[in-house]
Amino acid sequence: MKKHWYDYLWIFSATYLILGFFNIIFAWLGMLCFLLPLLIAIFGGDKMYCNLFCGRGQLFSLLGKKLKLSRNKKPPVFLHKKWFRYGFLAFFMVMFGQMLWVTYLVGMGERPLSQHVKLLWSIKLPWHWAYYGGVTPWVAQFSFGFYSVMLTSTVLGIITMALFRPRSWCVYCPMGTMTQLICQAKKPKIKK
Amino acid sequence: MIEEKLRKKRKAQVAQADCVACGSCVKVCPKGAVKVYRGLYAQVDEALCIGCGRCAAECPAAIIEMSEVAL
Repeated sequence: MKKHWYDYLWIFSATYLILGFFNIIFAWLGMLCFLLPLLIAIFGGDKMYCNLFCGRGQLFSLLGKKLKLSRNKKPPVFLHKKWFRYGFLAFFMVMFGQMLWVTYLVGMGERPLSQHVKLLWSIKLPWHWAYYGGVTPWVAQFSFGFYSVMLTSTVLGIITMALFRPRSWCVYCPMGTMTQLICQAKKPKIKK
Repeated sequence: MIEEKLRKKRKAQVAQADCVACGSCVKVCPKGAVKVYRGLYAQVDEALCIGCGRCAAECPAAIIEMSEVAL
């Protein structure tokens, strides 16, 4: 099949993860992975981002298929069920909101900057070596928080990539669920 | 007998209510027979589908089945 420029966006996703190990401020670039799918869904009314551009999905395909790291087994049925997808989206949003709250507190000077990356919402990893100062504390706090979100979801995605099919993450990806909900809301009503 | 064989063909069937519209199936279809309709679910054009089963093997939610369809 013919390769397009967007078939190489996995390089962006991989580079993003690596950059976070060297300078945490690069975490802000990840906003693209949040804003673009939403904007495309809101204005375009489709999941073009998931369908064509998502570098993370491509990365999982590459790891699972080319590098054969996936068992290629059918995932459990609950993974695609609405209660699980909406539940995971809700949980993700709550954790995201909490991260924004911490950023706000640091911005207000009520909390010191925490130079940690929190993996899987619980494991605090020291990450001070990727921070060199020079930015407003809340900008740095958001970087640590946002990178934690990105790393956590990548780790979950890699686990389900290995256990089930390569792009299993896509089934419960909160961005994918959110954009599908937007598309449902935008669906033209059929007149009866 | 022959007529029966001609009329029944293996085609991909998407359980649209369960589809997450990720588009993994679209990428592997050698015939361009699968499309994601408005970010809602995948649709198979049965006239183009050759029944190879790549989409069914790729679907991360495993909700595409190959089945004999009477044409």
